[in-house]
Amino acid sequence: MKTCLIVDDSKVIRKVARHILETLNFAVVEAADGREALTQCHAHHPDVVLLDWNMPVMSGMEFLRALGDETLPKRPKVVFCTTENGMAHIRAAIEAGADEYVMKPFDRETLESKLQIVGVA
Amino acid sequence: MTALARVQPPSAGATMVLSALLEARTGQQLAASRSWRLETAIAPLLSELALPHADALVARLLDGHDHRIGDRIVDALLNHETSFFRDAGVIESAVEAVRAQGATARPRVWCAACATGQEPLSLAMLFAEDGGVMPDILATDVSASAMARARAGSYSQFEIQRGLPIRRMMRWFEADGSNWVANKTLLASVTYRRHNLAVDAGPGRFDLILCRNVLFYLTPPVRQAVLERLAQALKPAGLLLLGAGETVIGQSEQLRPSTTHRGFYERVDTEVTPHAQRG
Repeated sequence: MKTCLIVDDSKVIRKVARHILETLNFAVVEAADGREALTQCHAHHPDVVLLDWNMPVMSGMEFLRALGDETLPKRPKVVFCTTENGMAHIRAAIEAGADEYVMKPFDRETLESKLQIVGVA
Repeated sequence: MTALARVQPPSAGATMVLSALLEARTGQQLAASRSWRLETAIAPLLSELALPHADALVARLLDGHDHRIGDRIVDALLNHETSFFRDAGVIESAVEAVRAQGATARPRVWCAACATGQEPLSLAMLFAEDGGVMPDILATDVSASAMARARAGSYSQFEIQRGLPIRRMMRWFEADGSNWVANKTLLASVTYRRHNLAVDAGPGRFDLILCRNVLFYLTPPVRQAVLERLAQALKPAGLLLLGAGETVIGQSEQLRPSTTHRGFYERVDTEVTPHAQRG
């Protein structure tokens, strides 16, 4: 079973994403900001991180940059999942090392499709 | 988004008339097991026309005053389900098969029943990215509204995210409000034309034909006739690709599984190559 780390400061989004991911047979762990997400990466070695952009403490982009400096057995795939839906944000995320990008709002088909594209579903 | 009011289920009579209309226009059969779809499919049209139920829609159809109503009902009943890179491995193998044919002339590809056009654009992206000769890609569908949408190349946020990797979206699409529109280069690589598989002759001869996930909606006699026309539309060494679970076996005298490309079909008079004989 693959593990997905959901990083979002919205409890509602985490709950919706968790429900979808569990129906896709993922084990799910959660974090409410980028710093907590780094801790969860060390604790659970997720296969994929579903990452919000705007969060308190540490943003998604700050997390993505910090992830590169972490020593982990395997770098997880990173899928941004955000309301920042403009091309400039998408380009910035991909150039910073994100593997895929989900524009909110999303549904089950979108999430499943993106997870297939990065090779974890 | 407007919430659709719950309408009463279609009566048996209305179901029969609407199913008969769909079959007469497209050869597609609304099987009893899928009759539930009729209610969902016509709900937006009923709402748009401010009609209370399917029987009123049938009355509008039969009174003969609205000449477009038949087309609109058929459009509503057709299944436009598609996505970018649907069965991605299959789409990639289709491009590889065309390249392997090594045609010196510009290859010709036909995406039959392409709905809103994600399949031909997926092919066009792959062909353009591999740097070989760009084929002529013809995309057809029986639905006028689906063809209009395909021709516009404009997709909602949900549609653009189904199957399309973000890097390809960045390269080939531009934002247009909340939609994403194929850029001019990509859109110009596909020709769109309305075409009814059930009655129209094939629109030329092709190196590759994709006709995926439509045959199983057709009645057996129409399906056989469509397969014969698809066979006639293949060049001598051309390849036909059907949907998963669809086959020509037992349904066509003119087609057989390809001797060189697994998962494809070819005309029975295709010459077997020495390579294929070595198998």
